[in-house]
Amino acid sequence: MDISFALTGKGYVILASDTTAARSIVKMKVDEDKIKVLSPHLLMAYSGEPGDTVQFAEYIERNIRLYQIRNTYALRPPSAASWIRRTLADSLRSRKPYAVNLLIGGYDTSTHQPHLYWVDYLGTMSEVPFAAHGYGAYFALSLLDREDGLMSGSSYHDPEAPLEEGLKTLRRCLDEVAKRLVVTPEKYKVKVVDKDGVREIEI
Amino acid sequence: MSRSYDRALTVFSPDGHLFQVEYALEAVRKGTCAVGVRGKDVVVLGVEKKSVLQLQDPRTVRKVAMLDDHVCLAFAGLTADGRVLIDKARIECQSHRLTVEDPVTVEYITRHIAGIQQRYTQSGGVRPFGISTLIVGFDPHDTRPRLYQTEPGGIYSAWKANAIGRSSKTVREFLEKNHKDDMSRDDTIKLTVKSLLEVVQTGAKNIEISVMESYGKITSLDLTQIEAIVAEIEREKEAEAERKRSRLAATAAGQAAMSQAAGGSGQ
Repeated sequence: MDISFALTGKGYVILASDTTAARSIVKMKVDEDKIKVLSPHLLMAYSGEPGDTVQFAEYIERNIRLYQIRNTYALRPPSAASWIRRTLADSLRSRKPYAVNLLIGGYDTSTHQPHLYWVDYLGTMSEVPFAAHGYGAYFALSLLDREDGLMSGSSYHDPEAPLEEGLKTLRRCLDEVAKRLVVTPEKYKVKVVDKDGVREIEI
Repeated sequence: MSRSYDRALTVFSPDGHLFQVEYALEAVRKGTCAVGVRGKDVVVLGVEKKSVLQLQDPRTVRKVAMLDDHVCLAFAGLTADGRVLIDKARIECQSHRLTVEDPVTVEYITRHIAGIQQRYTQSGGVRPFGISTLIVGFDPHDTRPRLYQTEPGGIYSAWKANAIGRSSKTVREFLEKNHKDDMSRDDTIKLTVKSLLEVVQTGAKNIEISVMESYGKITSLDLTQIEAIVAEIEREKEAEAERKRSRLAATAAGQAAMSQAAGGSGQ
């Protein structure tokens, strides 16, 4: 039931994730943070099998940190994403695989490029301009796909958009989900990563 | 005959010595000097840096390592052994966070490092680590600075100020004479540099200073800052010597006058 979105813009990546922790039909918690800050310029939104998600995310978090302490510099987003994907792929081939889906967003401080990766529990990874996991994907992807056509001025996803515009586009996705999905999450946590690092944004 | 007890393994000699451990301590004594000093709410690590060769990159030769956000380690002895031990400690720091969701305390990681060092004196087919370490840091949710030392045998202890490595005895005696409780940041740094200058003849360019002021706040002083402190210490020493000279001259003059007066009255 987890829903997470992510989109890139000019020099930033936005990640959004719902904040409900549910078991069966019961909501246990409505302020769960499902986006981990892995390093000063790297975020990871996780969803999937409860328990697996937190276990896997914490394992990744500590190993990324260990890398940074050992080497002074943190892994750059493409390298971090590759390593995380590999870890998940190795887990898939173990006796008890992690069932975790990820969105990894980061800002590369040496090339000044934002990066977003869509990763699923099978170890599939692709670098994308925008992405979604969960039921939200059914509604948001087509919306984000839509190009500026007849209604000029009303842009949908634009990889060159400034932050305010990116947040507006995200708002559109959340509204669409709220309008059409049977069970809508009431709250989302939104985090942005850009050249200044990571911060949370109220939406 | 006693030679046969120090071959491959750490085995007791008949008089209760572990020669391999004692040789490890000898390797520590040959290593470059490292000093740790605790102040009121600051702890400072100072190390003697070997001069790098002309074509060598000085950034790749480091003797102070960060173990976690709030713990630093300096060592004296075999650098290669130090690297291995530091890596084990860093892994433990993250592993501890993963299992109990809390950062390590300085005492915990010290005990862990000393534990590893002890293990290498008692298991087969290994040799002890040829290093002593100074571990500084702050515990989580605490403002008191900490300073610990570990030795090749696995001994660990807490200190107000201590030195390891080459001429550590001279430096420790200097610290015993000059250490005061509740020193300010600047005083602590100055005492560290001063004590290192006791054994480092070449001055500022062979000294490396790391300052930890509170949980997770670590700064490394650059060369100009250290040079300024060394210059200040030199000035103070100069002034002290000057005072001594003038006092000596004054007493000499006084004595001369006295003896002249005595001679005069005698005539």
